[in-house]
Amino acid sequence: MTAKLLAQSLLSKPVTIPAPQPDEAALAELAKALNERSRAKLGRSLTIREVDAGSCNGCELEIHALNNAFYDLERFGIKFVASPKHADVLMVTGVVTKNMEFAVKRAYEVTPDPKWIVAVGDCAAGCGVFTENYAHLGGVASTIPVDLHIKGCPPQPIDLLKGLLALLETAAEGKRA
Amino acid sequence: MTNLHTPWEPNAVDVASWEGLGRDLARGKYVLTSLWGGRGHVSMALLDPVSGKSSVAHLPVPDGTFPSIAKHYLPALRLERSITDMCGFTPVGCPDPRPWQDHGVWGVKAPLTDNKPHTDPPPPYTFLPVEGEGLHQIPVGPIHAGIIEPGHFRFTANGETVVRLEERLGYMHRGAEKLFEGQDISGGAKIAARLSGDSTVAYSLAYARAVEAAWSLDVPQRAHFLRALFAEIERIANHLGDIGAICNDAAFSVMLAHCGILREETLRLAFECFGHRLMMDRIVPGGVKVDLTRDSAEKILAWAQKTEKHFEILVDLYDNTASLRDRTDTTGTVSAELVTLYGAGGHVGRASGRQFDSRKNTPYPPYDRLDFEIPLRNTGDVNARVWIRICEIRQSLSLIRQILNHIPEGGIAFSLPESPPAETQEGAALVEAFRGDVFIWLRITDGKIERCHPRDPSWFQWPLLENAIKGNIVADFPLCNKSFNCSYAGQDL
Ligand code: SF4
Repeated sequence: MTAKLLAQSLLSKPVTIPAPQPDEAALAELAKALNERSRAKLGRSLTIREVDAGSCNGCELEIHALNNAFYDLERFGIKFVASPKHADVLMVTGVVTKNMEFAVKRAYEVTPDPKWIVAVGDCAAGCGVFTENYAHLGGVASTIPVDLHIKGCPPQPIDLLKGLLALLETAAEGKRA
Repeated sequence: MTNLHTPWEPNAVDVASWEGLGRDLARGKYVLTSLWGGRGHVSMALLDPVSGKSSVAHLPVPDGTFPSIAKHYLPALRLERSITDMCGFTPVGCPDPRPWQDHGVWGVKAPLTDNKPHTDPPPPYTFLPVEGEGLHQIPVGPIHAGIIEPGHFRFTANGETVVRLEERLGYMHRGAEKLFEGQDISGGAKIAARLSGDSTVAYSLAYARAVEAAWSLDVPQRAHFLRALFAEIERIANHLGDIGAICNDAAFSVMLAHCGILREETLRLAFECFGHRLMMDRIVPGGVKVDLTRDSAEKILAWAQKTEKHFEILVDLYDNTASLRDRTDTTGTVSAELVTLYGAGGHVGRASGRQFDSRKNTPYPPYDRLDFEIPLRNTGDVNARVWIRICEIRQSLSLIRQILNHIPEGGIAFSLPESPPAETQEGAALVEAFRGDVFIWLRITDGKIERCHPRDPSWFQWPLLENAIKGNIVADFPLCNKSFNCSYAGQDL
């Protein structure tokens, strides 16, 4: 059975889409962020720790999609890791709920420098449906400094990919500098 | 208050009959659909599993106390703890008075009623005591290792074997119920669509039907069919994701890769045909926002055919891979008694023999005109929950074909009343999400939401996960957890 499936996969055209161009606006935002701090010593490799700070799970679904065969994030040297201690990037979704504030801050603290914070989705950007109330602090920037916002409700995987590529380019430049 | 909605008829009850309902629940006479509070009242939605009749009981709480239902009927416990957090009411006789969503850091108490400032430092949360020789505890979360929602799991293990799991949730509490207050109908729809992103279609449908029940609105026939079309596509996309992820947690990543492709193709189809990959905000009170073109109908048929073919190969692969079945068979078992007691819906209930699906048991259009069965399994293990999903994907594909065959021509939405009724109206609805039955109850006054209570299927599934993992090894938790795939956001609100 596995053999049949593998043979079929080998014989059919790959579904993986070509790499998109990095998003211009995202690039500009990142360049600014990088000038303001020490340049990274990163290769063309980025590790990401995803943190849900108070999302509806919609953003997570699209972040998940980055790992499917269409987007195949790992071909760019970008991969998700299980611990913030192994991460270059914290990718945060949702408004930051007060019940999650301590965990988000702690994840930020244990992520080694240099680090980048990517806020994914309208909630994380503070412009989503969950407007100000007693239970949350607003977008991610309310709690930890954000380098890149990728908006959308939820952003499509292609937008996530563009944003991450922009991040990768900037990080690579940081290495050269 | 005017009573306009027939299925969830509201009844004012006194303390004695409230207690009586608690005892009836304990005897299995009704299924508890939900339990919630609001300014000056606690309420309970009940379903008669035999006749399918449903009603809502409202009890006034002039002194801020009400007789505990959990005292008679334990499945009510977390909802009751939530009432105390959100409304400040005391359930007299409640066996567990600990807070649930309120972790002590909101800066207010009882946000849905008094909403009084509260700045005391949060008290430490006490987990249930565990005693015995050779036991150790493993705290996990709120942040977990994968790309998943946060929650805390406190395992007590004897060596590798889990003796007890205690869940602590509420981390995703973002004040959704409070945000509903004062919204107009379309503002409320936006929030409803974002309570649990994977079930955005189901929640929008439940919300729309609740509003339509409150205002006695009808929707065009074509809209009913389109709603079901969105709902079945959502069901397929989620089940595909789950099957892949469950197999991946059993270290069989080929299934994840292939299910991932099928899921992605489904989301792309949704985007091409309806303009949003998750079909968010496509269902609105009065009907739907986007129509089906002839071209889209053809695309959907072609996708259904392709998906079916590819999927059946995967089903064979799942069924014939001994190393995989070795992990899913007899793992994480839930008994028929427990799912019946808890009224657990979706794959959790149906994998343990509970024959309930709101599309059948409390039918709403167009399902009353479509031909389908409720798949059932009796072993209650991870494998059974995978099989329910497999059968439901097949069924949804068949439903989609029927929908495309029978969809009538016509408009896709009726407009909402220009001058909404000034007096308070209430409405409720139960619809079938991929995870189980989603319930929404709401009150509208002068066109504004006064109170909206959404109840995710997870409320009655999370507690059973604690039970399912007992006696299994810690390493099988991800597998069990994924086979449930309860919602954090939908429960935490
Ligand atoms: S941005 Fe949209 S999809 Fe993402 S968490 Fe917020 S509501 Fe959900």
